[in-house]
Amino acid sequence: MATTTTLAKAAEAVAYAARLEHVSKSFTAPGGRQLVLDDISIDVAPGEFVTLLGASGCGKSTLLNLVAGLDRPTAGSITTDGRPALMFQEHALFPWLTAGKNIELALKLRGVAKSERRGKAEELLELVRLKGAYGKRVHELSGGMRQRVAMARALAQESNLLLMDEPFAALDAITRDVLHDELTRIWAETGLSVLFVTHNVREAVRLAQRVVLLSSRPGRIAREWTVDIPQPRRIEDAPVAELSLEITEVLRGEIRRHGQH
Amino acid sequence: MASTETTPAQDAGSIEAGLDALETAATGRTPLRQTLLTKVLPPLTAIVVVLAVWQGLISLKVVDDPTRLPSPAAVWHVVRQSWLEGTLLGYIWTSVSRGLLGFCFALLIGTPLGLLVARVRFVRAAIGPILSGLQSLPSVAWVPPAVIWLGLNNSMMYAVILLGAVPSIANGLVSGVDQVPPLFLRAGRTMGATGLKGTWHVTLPAALPGYVAGMKQGWAFSWRSLMAAEIIASFPDLGVGLGQLLENARTASDMAMVFEAILLILFVGIAIDLLIFSPLERWVLRSRGLLVKG
Repeated sequence: MATTTTLAKAAEAVAYAARLEHVSKSFTAPGGRQLVLDDISIDVAPGEFVTLLGASGCGKSTLLNLVAGLDRPTAGSITTDGRPALMFQEHALFPWLTAGKNIELALKLRGVAKSERRGKAEELLELVRLKGAYGKRVHELSGGMRQRVAMARALAQESNLLLMDEPFAALDAITRDVLHDELTRIWAETGLSVLFVTHNVREAVRLAQRVVLLSSRPGRIAREWTVDIPQPRRIEDAPVAELSLEITEVLRGEIRRHGQH
Repeated sequence: MASTETTPAQDAGSIEAGLDALETAATGRTPLRQTLLTKVLPPLTAIVVVLAVWQGLISLKVVDDPTRLPSPAAVWHVVRQSWLEGTLLGYIWTSVSRGLLGFCFALLIGTPLGLLVARVRFVRAAIGPILSGLQSLPSVAWVPPAVIWLGLNNSMMYAVILLGAVPSIANGLVSGVDQVPPLFLRAGRTMGATGLKGTWHVTLPAALPGYVAGMKQGWAFSWRSLMAAEIIASFPDLGVGLGQLLENARTASDMAMVFEAILLILFVGIAIDLLIFSPLERWVLRSRGLLVKG
């Protein structure tokens, strides 16, 4: 068994923000061992935006947990450049802290000096366009605002890789649209690498430079597309819709296979 | 392709600002008049009704024996008397100081105990059920052994308070920790809050509502245990607290004084809860948006 999870310290020149080599993961299920991920190899280059796309049961969240270091692969190896930041579908902000203090906690856990935390938190809030929300409690913010604070908190970790687990799935269409614009802008401004998991084909095409389609049960890499539509894109743009249609056809084919036996 | 006059970034910014404004509800303080009307008036009405019924029983001669039911005026007279003699605050202070000090000890013991039970599986399996069981054991039961072990003194009182309050506080913390959403723990771990850091920055604050509920119940148990101890183990050298006052009144067959003692015990219990624990609980819940304004 070759299980190595190396958290390489920020090296001078790293050729990838995350490297997954032949990663497999299985869980013990009532009917024996169940293979969830099968031989996944993905490289995310520094500054690259990759979306992982798949129907239910493709193990996308499991894969993200592995990259985040919350779980270990059964086989294969995962190397990341430092500890990645992770954003969830739920905002996961701590309700006993204000928006600003939530961000400061991430800074504190990273070892940022007390005197610098407040300023940095304000800066990050400004980056997600929530200037003035510093003292707001989580329950006083709307769903979209909460996800933006969560994004600021993830950015506070100053990690080179941002993992996003369907972060906009629970938002309404208009808010989601706006957050797509924000994410694209912030990604361009910060030079982060992003690994973004979704089951929404258009969202995947709207955001990514590269779309990786996973098949279901077990999750395998089915196909990859490079998206060279220039940013800023809109989800309604014709090229986005065109590529989405193509990917959807392949995705449907993958899903159809499961009903045939 | 979409063509807009503003740049996409500006566009997103202005839509965002609009959405934020639309989706944020304005909150303000409730006006004083409304607070008085909804929070103060109902309990005052209840007290007035109880007093009226009580006075009615006397005036209509339903109960015509002052050694069974003294009139409100007679009880008021006794309270006034002990106030004028300067003993009233002494009774209250003797009991309250014992109660609060005992409660603080109970916090010091119950908190680590609760954390241990919540986090260490072996400890939970070993003493978890006993800890919950102890809550249903009336604390009066501890008075006789405490007197035998420690004698008639203040440490006996504190022992009884501890045995009554520690299980509530520990159990409150355990259920608080159990109810911490796993998502918070995962979020904490990705930020590097593991081990003791995770306990301090995530688990403990997330468990605070359960802990405060446990504290509230712990105080009620402290006060009850103390009164039981004072009534059963009254001894002149210990100083007269409210429990002893009640016991003294019983031996003197002074029904007005019995009522005075009961009302004072009730009053102090409620006052401590209203002044310390309820505001604490409301603050914890409100700051998390868990308290819906009624």
